[in-house]
Amino acid sequence: MVHAFLIHTLRAPQAQDTGLCRVLYSCVFGAENSRDDPRPHGAERDRLLRKEQILAVARQVESMCRLQQQASGRTPMDLQPQSSDEPVPLHEAPLGAFRLAAGDPFQEPRTVVWLGVLSLGFALVLDAHENLLLAEGTLRLLARLLLDHLRLLTPSTNLLLRADRIEGILARFLPHGKEGTIRWLQDVWPG
Amino acid sequence: MFTAGAESLLHQAREIQDEELQKFCSRVVKLLQKDDPGPDAVDALQRLFLIVSATKYKRKLEKTCVDLLQTTLCSPKCPEQLQFLCAAILRERSPADNLSLSWDHIQSSQQLSLVASVLLAQGDKKEEVRSVGQHAFRVLESRQPEGPSLRHLLPVVSKITHLAPHTLHEDQTNLLSKRLVDWLRYASVQQGVAHTSGGFFSTPRARQPGPVTEVDGAVATDFFTVLSTGQHFTEDQWLNVQAFSMLRAWLVHSGPQGPSAPDADDKSELEGSTLSVLSATSTASHLLPPQERLREKAFEYCQRLVEQSTRRALRKGDADLQKACLVEAVLVLDTLCRQDPTFLYRTLSCLKALHARLCGDPARARALLPIAQFFLSHGEAAAVDSEAILQHLFTRVPCELFHSPMLAFEFVRFCGDSLPLFGRNLDILKRSFPNLFKLLAWNSPPLTSEFVVLLPSLVDAGSAVEMLHALLDLPCLTAALDLQLRLSPAASERPLWDTSLRNPSCLEASRDPEFQALLQHLLRAEASGTVQRLAPLHELLRPMTGCARVVQCAEAVPTLLQAFFSAVTRFADGALTNQLVLVLLERRDSLYQVPQYEDRVHRVLSSQLLALCALHPSLVVDLAKELLEFVGSVSSVHSRGAMLAAVAWAVGEYLSVSWDRRCTVEQITRFFEALEALLFEVTQSRPSAALPKCPPQVIAVLMTTLTKLASRSQDLIPRVSLFLSKMRTLAQSPALSSVHGEEDAGAICTRATELLTLLKMPSVAQFVLTPSAEVSEPRYHRDANTALPLALRTVSRLVEKEAGLLPG
Repeated sequence: MVHAFLIHTLRAPQAQDTGLCRVLYSCVFGAENSRDDPRPHGAERDRLLRKEQILAVARQVESMCRLQQQASGRTPMDLQPQSSDEPVPLHEAPLGAFRLAAGDPFQEPRTVVWLGVLSLGFALVLDAHENLLLAEGTLRLLARLLLDHLRLLTPSTNLLLRADRIEGILARFLPHGKEGTIRWLQDVWPG
Repeated sequence: MFTAGAESLLHQAREIQDEELQKFCSRVVKLLQKDDPGPDAVDALQRLFLIVSATKYKRKLEKTCVDLLQTTLCSPKCPEQLQFLCAAILRERSPADNLSLSWDHIQSSQQLSLVASVLLAQGDKKEEVRSVGQHAFRVLESRQPEGPSLRHLLPVVSKITHLAPHTLHEDQTNLLSKRLVDWLRYASVQQGVAHTSGGFFSTPRARQPGPVTEVDGAVATDFFTVLSTGQHFTEDQWLNVQAFSMLRAWLVHSGPQGPSAPDADDKSELEGSTLSVLSATSTASHLLPPQERLREKAFEYCQRLVEQSTRRALRKGDADLQKACLVEAVLVLDTLCRQDPTFLYRTLSCLKALHARLCGDPARARALLPIAQFFLSHGEAAAVDSEAILQHLFTRVPCELFHSPMLAFEFVRFCGDSLPLFGRNLDILKRSFPNLFKLLAWNSPPLTSEFVVLLPSLVDAGSAVEMLHALLDLPCLTAALDLQLRLSPAASERPLWDTSLRNPSCLEASRDPEFQALLQHLLRAEASGTVQRLAPLHELLRPMTGCARVVQCAEAVPTLLQAFFSAVTRFADGALTNQLVLVLLERRDSLYQVPQYEDRVHRVLSSQLLALCALHPSLVVDLAKELLEFVGSVSSVHSRGAMLAAVAWAVGEYLSVSWDRRCTVEQITRFFEALEALLFEVTQSRPSAALPKCPPQVIAVLMTTLTKLASRSQDLIPRVSLFLSKMRTLAQSPALSSVHGEEDAGAICTRATELLTLLKMPSVAQFVLTPSAEVSEPRYHRDANTALPLALRTVSRLVEKEAGLLPG
């Protein structure tokens, strides 16, 4: 069961000191059982916590991705696509997983599977004991669909204002956080 | 991609003021209230979503706007795009106190699913989860099994099961189990037709789609599963796939709840027997209650998946899906066998055959992990020896596939999660630590925290010394693995080694037989029980010390050492502690020279040395010879400040008769002389580029240690007093203060003075500097006759009085 899906920026290794890691889109499926909070503004606090949890995940993913890239000796220059028409070879994109301990930042222990495509990071936050092969396939599929349908490689497009598309893709391929329909691209997807 | 334009858009969305936002909300309201909302409404909602989601703080939206969003979401005429956006905005604002969705009348299950997603995001303060679950089941009950759009509903049901399984009644559970059986087992085997029709001029006759195929192109031989392919799919085939994806969680939820389940006694009997004729045949399935029938069908489905996974897929995407489904199938089989041990006999033969097939296929190595876990969980019950499977897993897989980050992570996770199941086989895990360290050395950032948890289970008295050496050599292992990949590249599309370093000079040199032997030892798969000095290898692999992967590993080692020592100190006896300290002393200058690695490791080793000495104080006497050698070696001072300070401190604290009766005056004198010579040399020599200055802390520790030793062997007092007054003079001289700075020189001077004063009353010095073990008792400090502060006060008054009585 997927707890959350997020898309965030990945800064080039040298540029890590400038700017911040930004979460461009996030979707949390269901909510963690919040502790009974009799104080007012409990709902706001819950939302704030949720946003900060997601940001914490994004930062860790960015750092893991950067470390993996550095370790394999690849420079950011290797990753620029030749042209925006060429499909990005997702099978070579950096991919990894790591565990989040209970309380840091989610109440329960969770696993994060991440994929880095050029300057965007995609991540799934899963329960601690998930079928990671399935999660990996789902993540690659989502990234492929989003890159293709939102044409994210052309400089002018902006995924910040395409929430309906992203929601549509998620509703079909990761409904309520349930993976499983990780294929059948030929089936109807409104273009 | 993320450009400056996007950054500024995000900035605007965050900075928009309340007033402007309210105006925007009114605009949104106007647009949504139109009969035909159009693209302007979509655009406005997209912007509103960005504004709400861009900031982590709450955005105040007008009530009319929020209400209209809710109404629009639930309205039957709402276009899909707007539905998605309204749901997204409402979900982003969650949890919200003022949500009121009227959703009872909604017919479209896609809309229902979107509303459910908003409700489930509220955090269940008002039992939203229960009401969503009940509503979903009502829809499920009222439809035919082949209903038009149940596929939007099934994920909702799956989510409810996950979040609040107790909200479902038994008859709802039974209903869903029955439906799942239908969808899993009896889905159509004909392909679906394309949804888009040709238009006005197309002929009504559509090409008959034909049967579904297997992944290798052959016509499907049995019922439809997630691994069946086709051009288009029917509704029930979608449901088949979704049913499988929620199967495991559903089985766990709907299975026997625990020891109080009615059939528990029968099952435990079966579990004890090995081959039971009764379990070999399956009961006629239509006679079974829904849960049992579901399990039977789930078993058939998994068996079919295992068979389908043997086919060679035509497309790479299908090959990946095969692997994922294979793993899922094994996990479902594991769940089934837990719930009903009668499945065990049939599953074992199937999985043994599967395991044999997978062993030779490195591309499918990840599927070996759930199989191994299965045999660990059920091996006892079925009297199957899981040793061979584990042996293969631990000796072959990490050697060949350490470079795959996902495999490495899953492998280590498997070790951690299955620890309680290993039982007799725990030795295999422990023996294989060199192989496990390969995974760690190559993928240190994600795996360090996993190993910190795993280390206590890997180490025991027999392997501690070998493991300590292996941990200290971990960055060298990383370099060696990189070298190995270059020398015998694995078949892969792109190079797996560090491509920023081309043709390191050590590549050719490493073929030398002498280095080969050392490399083989470093790259061994199992604990060998021996230790080899790898210093020549450190030298050989020096060109690789700058590799990013090696540096990352080096940064992880101090944390791992801490974890190692905290585990070892729990069971280490005196003999093992001595051996470990010897390793620390020996390896202090025999480390792979990654920048800053030595400093960081020394810091850890020095604090651990003190901890070990505190546990077994007599090791100072046991290892007196080696410690003396350490102190005597000239090079030990200048770059080993931390280690030297630790050794000196340990000697000062524990080299006394009160800790170990074997301590002799000769030993004390020998140490004294060695330390005195060392201190003399340190303070006399001029620092240069080759020999950096000795840290003032080390000087202070050396002085204190000398004083402590003198207080125990009082013949040495005159010597040390003389030395200390020389130190004091030196500290006040411009020579020393120019080297160490005013403050540090002042501190040295103060310490020397304190020590000198203390030595004027030798018995007090002994009391202060060599306290007996009772000092740690609180009584010692509360008792007016023995308390230290009282004693010191008395002494100082006596000294003053004496000074007053003396003439002059």
